[in-house]
Amino acid sequence: MTTPLLSISGLTKAYPGVVANDAVSFDIMEGEVHALLGENGAGKSTLVKMIYGLVKPDSGAMALHGAPYAPPDPHAARKAGVAMVFQHFSLFEAMSVAENVALGMEEPPRLRDLATRIKDVSETYGLPLDPGRIVGDLSAGERQRVEIIRCLLQDPRLLIMDEPTSVLTPQEVEILFQTLRKLSAEGVAILYISHKLEEIRSLCDQATILRQGQNVGTCLPRETSAREMAEMMVGSSFAAPERASRAPGEVALEITGLSVASPSAFGTALKDIHLSVQAGEILGLGGVAGNGQDELLAALSGELPSDAGAIRLNGTPIGWLGPTARRELGLLAAPEERLGHAAAPDMSLTENAFLTGAQREGLTARGFIRWTAARAFARAIIERFDVRTPGPDVAARALSGGNLQKFVIGREVLQRPRVLVVNQPTWGVDAAAAAAIRQALLDLAANGAAILCISQDLDELMEISDRFGALNEGRLSEIRPAQGLSVEEIGLMMGGAHGMEVAHV
Amino acid sequence: MDMGSISPELLLASLMVAATPILLAALGELVVERAGVLNLGVEGMMITGAICGFAVAVNSGSPAIGFVAAAGGGAVLALLFALLTQVALANQVASGLALTLFGLGLSSLLGQGYVGIKPPPVAKLDIPLLGDIPFLGRVLFSHDLMVYLGLALVGLIWWVLKYSRAGLILRAVGENHDAAHALGYKVVRIRVMAILFGGACAGLGGAYISLIRVPQWTEGMTAGAGWIALALVVFASWKAGRVLLGAWLFGGVTVLQLNLQAAGFAIPVEYLSMSPYLITILVLVIMAGDKSRAPASLGRIFHASQ
Repeated sequence: MTTPLLSISGLTKAYPGVVANDAVSFDIMEGEVHALLGENGAGKSTLVKMIYGLVKPDSGAMALHGAPYAPPDPHAARKAGVAMVFQHFSLFEAMSVAENVALGMEEPPRLRDLATRIKDVSETYGLPLDPGRIVGDLSAGERQRVEIIRCLLQDPRLLIMDEPTSVLTPQEVEILFQTLRKLSAEGVAILYISHKLEEIRSLCDQATILRQGQNVGTCLPRETSAREMAEMMVGSSFAAPERASRAPGEVALEITGLSVASPSAFGTALKDIHLSVQAGEILGLGGVAGNGQDELLAALSGELPSDAGAIRLNGTPIGWLGPTARRELGLLAAPEERLGHAAAPDMSLTENAFLTGAQREGLTARGFIRWTAARAFARAIIERFDVRTPGPDVAARALSGGNLQKFVIGREVLQRPRVLVVNQPTWGVDAAAAAAIRQALLDLAANGAAILCISQDLDELMEISDRFGALNEGRLSEIRPAQGLSVEEIGLMMGGAHGMEVAHV
Repeated sequence: MDMGSISPELLLASLMVAATPILLAALGELVVERAGVLNLGVEGMMITGAICGFAVAVNSGSPAIGFVAAAGGGAVLALLFALLTQVALANQVASGLALTLFGLGLSSLLGQGYVGIKPPPVAKLDIPLLGDIPFLGRVLFSHDLMVYLGLALVGLIWWVLKYSRAGLILRAVGENHDAAHALGYKVVRIRVMAILFGGACAGLGGAYISLIRVPQWTEGMTAGAGWIALALVVFASWKAGRVLLGAWLFGGVTVLQLNLQAAGFAIPVEYLSMSPYLITILVLVIMAGDKSRAPASLGRIFHASQ
């Protein structure tokens, strides 16, 4: 075990204007779980793309099993035993699971044999999956299984995982970790990218930290605290979110007996939801993706109309009002999908700021857009939320995921909502930025806003919410105080809330 | 009016002939669109194929060489489209429309010396035994080779798209070109090949009109067949079997309405002339009511980000 499985030395890749990787070197041993840490834009994705053959390095060399390794394309990488699970799923929605798996393999067997092998592997590793189903019908967690099984079927020597746990329940994460530990015991090396430092501490043997494209250090995750790792990533210390003690006020948002059908064919209908959020309170809603989160957000934002009385804002029935009318009343929402839902990808940040801020920020005058005011609003968001971008005239598409997320959350927070509904506020955002977003939500609540936070990140929900509930197949579990809830209890709430009586709070 | 003058045997036989040009062109376009490219230049490629095939067949005396030249001509014109949209990343709709206009103009120029000339005749296959079956023999087994080539192509494309690895990759590229790229497939190369195949098929369809169906050369003789082929692909939900059905339906109603006109049927000629379009679209729209949808990357420009 003296020759490393993969040895990277002096890898450099520059794009016009930025050096994505600057002379990065490190080794991965056989059977090692190696974490790659860094903020958004630190160069992690570029680095793994070079290992996977999608990007050619400008200089530097790699060696696999001691032999020079320079894959010209992903086919060569896969033949050499390198497999990758992508952060943004590389799946084909209109095709079946088996077809998706076949596309990621070099020499796939016949589809019928492949289906059997998919079933075998999925059972061996506890990742149940029906090879005949169409990927468009699957939940986010199931889609990730498709990607993982696609990799496992090729007997990889090195498995690259780019933020694999962001869509999983704690139980699913535990299953995934068992799978990964099993693989690592079989000698497979795993290069693991995640923003969840506690996970890295429990799973990884080694960690390499990137900052602005440079390798700024390695550490043993088991012996380093999450806080120290986060500070190495950022290069300075940052404040963990602090919650001020606050007394909840009057009920700001009340949902009684909300049942709506999903607008999409693959969606989940909401079934008899009851909940209330008080001013100054954060209600956290967990649950695996695809259990009604998007529908609940749409019903609250006004995209999905319901019975007038089912949703009340400060006692006013608003169920039949559209998004603009709700915004005027002070109910704002930030959906999960950044590009195409929360923000129009090809429009500038100023235009995007205008799109939701027009009413509350008074960005129109007699039907005309007040561009100066809109630009000032966009600039205020950029400054207040530390959005890294050249300026407010940049297209939303050009921002990295984390930066755009800071922008779309900041845009709503700065409009002084009375009730704010957010879905996955820190998805794909690095530790420091996530802390900033959570702090902003806590501050907003401290100032008397009611916040409904839908998220699949349980650590996040435990950190910020006062009360916690879970969505399962469109039903809402009992809502309980967040403090003192154990992981097992949460798992039960997420896994099967059918039999329980729905709380009328 | 004399309905008795319409022979069902003859009607069905000429249906197969009338359907072949749009069938060939639509099959080519089906493959192109399954790869995620929208080429609106089918009409231009058809008419270019028609004159290339006609000119070469007249000069060489061999319709077979003419068909090969027609496929080549259509493919060369398609190559222009491929360069514009896949290399220069031009808008596919605008490029396709330009291709149609260019093809119509180019074919008039090439065809100047060929008006009024008769092409060498294409032999019908004389299939022994099968051709002697009453009724069926006349309907199914008395055609030229191109009719059977079109039918074989339906089966081939259906099989390739559904069962072969090449077809899977082609569909993957049309479904999500970013994911296909991330998995290491050469999106541009695959699309260029699909575009060339589509051009060749459109060229064959055009030459079938000028060498067999009509057979002579007149300017603009494809008369919108390319557009019908395009519509057929959409209404057939990008499925080869339904394209065949649509082509037969269109060919059948076309032949039928001509017969009805000749028989002096008491409906204004305009209604009869529009009936093939109406009926084909109506039937295919009803059939397209299922879940099938367009390839998700259709018409989108692919640019490898890194």
